[in-house]
Amino acid sequence: MIEAFGLSKRFGSIEAARDVSFVAHDGQITGLLGANGAGKSTCFRMLYGVLTPDSGRACIDGLDILGATSEARAHLGVLPHAAGLYNNLTARENIQYFGSLYGMSRQLLKARTDELVRSLGMENFIGRRAKGFSQGQRIKVALARALVHNPGNVVLDEPTNGLDVMAIRNLREMLLDLKAEGRCVLFSSHVMQEVAALCDRVVIIGRGRVLADATVQEIRERNGNASLEEAFLQVLGLTEGVS
Amino acid sequence: MRALFIVFGKEFLENLRDRRTLLSALLFGPLFGPLMFGLIISRTLEQSVLESDVPLKLTISGSHFAPGLTRYLESRGAKLTRRELSENEARAAVRGRSAQIVLLVPEIYPKLFAAAKPAPVLLFADSADSQTRKIADRARNMLGIYANTVAQLRLEVRGVSPLLTAPLAVNDVDVATPTGRAVLVLGFMTYFVLFGLLMGGLYLAIDSTAGERERGSLEALLSLPVARAALVGGKVLAACAYMCISLALSLTAFVWVFRFVPLEKLGMSANLGAGTALIFFAICLPFVPVGATLMTFIASFTRSYREAQTYLTTVLLVPTLPIAFASVYSLKPTSKLMFIPSLSQHLLMTSVLKDEPIARLDILISAAASLSVALLLFTLTARHWKRETMLG
Repeated sequence: MIEAFGLSKRFGSIEAARDVSFVAHDGQITGLLGANGAGKSTCFRMLYGVLTPDSGRACIDGLDILGATSEARAHLGVLPHAAGLYNNLTARENIQYFGSLYGMSRQLLKARTDELVRSLGMENFIGRRAKGFSQGQRIKVALARALVHNPGNVVLDEPTNGLDVMAIRNLREMLLDLKAEGRCVLFSSHVMQEVAALCDRVVIIGRGRVLADATVQEIRERNGNASLEEAFLQVLGLTEGVS
Repeated sequence: MRALFIVFGKEFLENLRDRRTLLSALLFGPLFGPLMFGLIISRTLEQSVLESDVPLKLTISGSHFAPGLTRYLESRGAKLTRRELSENEARAAVRGRSAQIVLLVPEIYPKLFAAAKPAPVLLFADSADSQTRKIADRARNMLGIYANTVAQLRLEVRGVSPLLTAPLAVNDVDVATPTGRAVLVLGFMTYFVLFGLLMGGLYLAIDSTAGERERGSLEALLSLPVARAALVGGKVLAACAYMCISLALSLTAFVWVFRFVPLEKLGMSANLGAGTALIFFAICLPFVPVGATLMTFIASFTRSYREAQTYLTTVLLVPTLPIAFASVYSLKPTSKLMFIPSLSQHLLMTSVLKDEPIARLDILISAAASLSVALLLFTLTARHWKRETMLG
């Protein structure tokens, strides 16, 4: 379970996040929906503790990310916005580097990597260096890297960026699998269809604030619209002036 | 501590697989200095050995006015070309390079010489040309000896002891050992040793910091439950390892190159065998973490590979500053100077080359001072890595 309590963050005169609170539950996919620059990445960075909020706090399975950083991070897998790989390492080495830094034993690491290779379908390229990987292959390795320590919670910052249709479908299935395993999945996106197709719960963010926090169905009903896109724009208060 | 070694292992392996980086770290860096140095030095030495053997070539005009002088010059091995030239023609000949230097004996010479008055001779040379300047110096030297001999004979003829004209008898006593003389030639070698050392870790320092950011793997790395100091420590340690390798290669190359440099021809010996190379390695070892932390520190502030490259190439010049300073002011090793990294290594290595005794304390101070600087830089780097701005 991932909890945000009143997270606020300022960069100079820009208010990137203001009193952001929400809860992402286990066995659910929660979507953080917002336009570019709405503050999604800032919120995520505070969740996994690379940014310190000006006020508020974030907890992973009840562990304060700033108070008990190491323990909290052990419960959390992170796929940041820029999920680059080490090009001179093979896919397996990329995954195992992170696993060993999580403190996993060699034996456990090998078993877990083999498991991920199977579940994410990486058999064809697991032994190859990451240099010539396609976007789809990269995202699989990056996801495996985030899941290597078998965390109960996964945070993905715009994971579908730059992926083609097939890869997006693949990723969607991977996220549904994570949900089926009972994990708490939190991902951000600015693509409505993605969120509508996947999420149990949606948190809409605009100008650093939480504008809505409900199920997809509730948001649609509340705004009297059939499409989530329309609802999204209404929540943002942008129906007029959008061309 | 475990995380530090994991990071170290990964950075070491990754660098090992990058052919371009490896080439510059382990081939270009350590070999460039020794090869260039060997080439330049053997060229210069060969030339200076050659020059003293070659007979002095001199164009002389009006030699019939000074038969004694002419005979003397020929007896000293000068190759004379006789041409009759006026003053202007002589000037034009030197300027037009049809003659390197011209010695012109004017018509008035025999008369004044016979009267024991200063008899003029004109020596035409282009002092802007370093080659003819050397020849002119040799000619002037010969003329001076001739004039001296004649003067002494004149005094003796007049019943005066020539010793009266020599109130001082100056004797040069050169205490420079053969190796000491070689140091003048080898002075800049120490810079190449430090250059080779730094080159070894240059690209690793860039790749493990600015490269990590540019690649987009930094944020994932920073979100791991690992202390930032362990991350930085592993990266610095990997840079240190490559610097040690390139230092060893560089010294090996120097030992090898100096077997082919004809230092003995000038009565010098290069005190650079395997034993000296080992001592050099020990002297330079404390400078390795200075280089590694300095590069990692600076590269941590840059946004891209290219930017880091720009700044770090200037870091390669940093060790030259104290060395240049030392040679301009011809600094002697003192304990105070041992507090300055790179300068202390330079001075210690030079002392070893000169076969001078080294105070054990100086070695200790040099090592301790360098390690302290490295520790300070490491602390600053680790602190920077804890900042949010690290994400970029």
